[in-house]
Amino acid sequence: MASVNIAGREVELDEDGFMVNPDDWTEDCAKYFASGEGINELNDDHWKVIHYLRDYYKQFQIAPMIRKLCKETGCSLKYIYELFPSGPAKGSCKLAGLPKPTGCV
Amino acid sequence: MAFEPVREMKKLNYEELRIYSDAELKNYTEEELKSFKCKYEIPKLDELEKGPWPSFVSDAKQEALRRRKLSDDQILTHRDAVEDLLGQLELSFDEGETHWKHGGIVGVFGYGGGVIGRYSDLAEKYPSIAMFHTIRVNQPASKFYSTDFLKTICDMWEYRGSGLMNLHGSTGDLVLLGTTTEQLEPIFYELGHVLDTDIGGSGSNLRTPACCIGKARCEYACYDTQALCYELTNYYQDELHRPAFPYKFKFKFDGCPNGCVASIARSDMSFIGTWRDDIRIDQDAVKAYIAGDIVPNAGAHKGRDWGKFDIQKEVIDLCPSKCMSLEGDQLVIDNSECVRCMHCINTMPKALKPGVDTGISILLGAKAPILDGAQMATLMIPFMKAEAPYDNIKEFVEKVWEFWMEEGKNRERLGELMQRVTLPKFIETIGLPPAPQMVKAPRSNPYIFWKEEDVKGGWNRDINDYRSRHKR
Repeated sequence: MASVNIAGREVELDEDGFMVNPDDWTEDCAKYFASGEGINELNDDHWKVIHYLRDYYKQFQIAPMIRKLCKETGCSLKYIYELFPSGPAKGSCKLAGLPKPTGCV
Repeated sequence: MAFEPVREMKKLNYEELRIYSDAELKNYTEEELKSFKCKYEIPKLDELEKGPWPSFVSDAKQEALRRRKLSDDQILTHRDAVEDLLGQLELSFDEGETHWKHGGIVGVFGYGGGVIGRYSDLAEKYPSIAMFHTIRVNQPASKFYSTDFLKTICDMWEYRGSGLMNLHGSTGDLVLLGTTTEQLEPIFYELGHVLDTDIGGSGSNLRTPACCIGKARCEYACYDTQALCYELTNYYQDELHRPAFPYKFKFKFDGCPNGCVASIARSDMSFIGTWRDDIRIDQDAVKAYIAGDIVPNAGAHKGRDWGKFDIQKEVIDLCPSKCMSLEGDQLVIDNSECVRCMHCINTMPKALKPGVDTGISILLGAKAPILDGAQMATLMIPFMKAEAPYDNIKEFVEKVWEFWMEEGKNRERLGELMQRVTLPKFIETIGLPPAPQMVKAPRSNPYIFWKEEDVKGGWNRDINDYRSRHKR
């Protein structure tokens, strides 16, 4: 496990660069992860997706299904990939500080 | 009809693309191989070099030796990856436990799947396999290759990966075993730009479709499995690369009911070739089989003396629907009773052939046990034509997906959704009329749901009205 300094705070990451503790998340974390996921600048739509993911996770302790994410944010899957080139799991969930998606990937 | 690719296929010329010289590829002698010692003690694995079957340990040692002797600028990842892998495997043999960490999320930009991230949980002890990601490469239909392609991908993988592969993964992909995160994008670039090849599927998406050898080399094939597999793989690229489903979904294409890619057991949507007219009989060839001039089953049982071929015992009596008979020396088949099990055709391939009005059956819902128990696929469409551009098939696929994507729960396979909503509801939603062929036997319990509109008077009843006729 590595830890990085994000805006003056130590944040622990696993080897895929996901946050070990979702509660440590701040908006600075999203900005920090963005460049590694092929994103130059976070716009309003990025933040909409990120905040949706965080709210959903806070409520249900799980990431939403992709279909739900698209429906609730109004972003098509194609647009999600334009926003987050590495996709909703590796890209947006990482930026939102959610735990690493698991299962038969 | 000759195969026509959707676009011009790139011609690869290994001599122009090669990374390694012949000398580098044969950089060790038999003597050196014999005296090769892995950098770890691996006595248990050494045992697996004995015996007649090709030994994966011996193969891995060859690769380890070659990598030892390549120069530094001819390897971009860890030279010791193979030896560290053997070392960790030996340890797992000792302890009876895996040493790969849980999960791993890596990939390439633009795609949500295709790469399976893997990390050793003993990275300090085996640093060369601290990262050991797997890349699934979409295989050509039926796995026909040219050596130019294979040599080129082998050079690339020796250079940017561990040099170890799996030919092939059980879904069908050519699997590249073990590389680092930094190499993923360069490998993806070279696969696309040099090898003209894409990666396969992983995650909650359409996985890499696979087909049997089909019309390429089999006279039983009832449709062009390769063409349909290739067409649907191309047509559904988006569904393959960017997970959008509740869970994984697999296509497999069998040319006939023999099931050589096991689509009925290992794909959510199984396409199995069949025919609806008569089995073609060559009576002269039947006589030749009876006379013993042609060996049954194309000689598959030659290893043992089973006696002289007896058509009554080995074909007619074994027919599951008992629809065959001999009239004099003529073989007669009552095709209206034939279930197209393939047995007679398999036994006498020179005398019997599938009909000419061919197509596919589509079966849905096969899956492994998790969560609700293993399932083989259930017949949905008894017969459908399978001819380019396959619009009828695509229309059906999309109806099934539409329902499953809307109704499927997180990580619910299609087969489980069908069980949950019940077959009647499922076929109604995807627009299929119920047919006797969909069931093996009618239900034995009487818990039958009716639709309100099918019941005279509906569900709204007044108890007082009932009481006026039936006292309390």
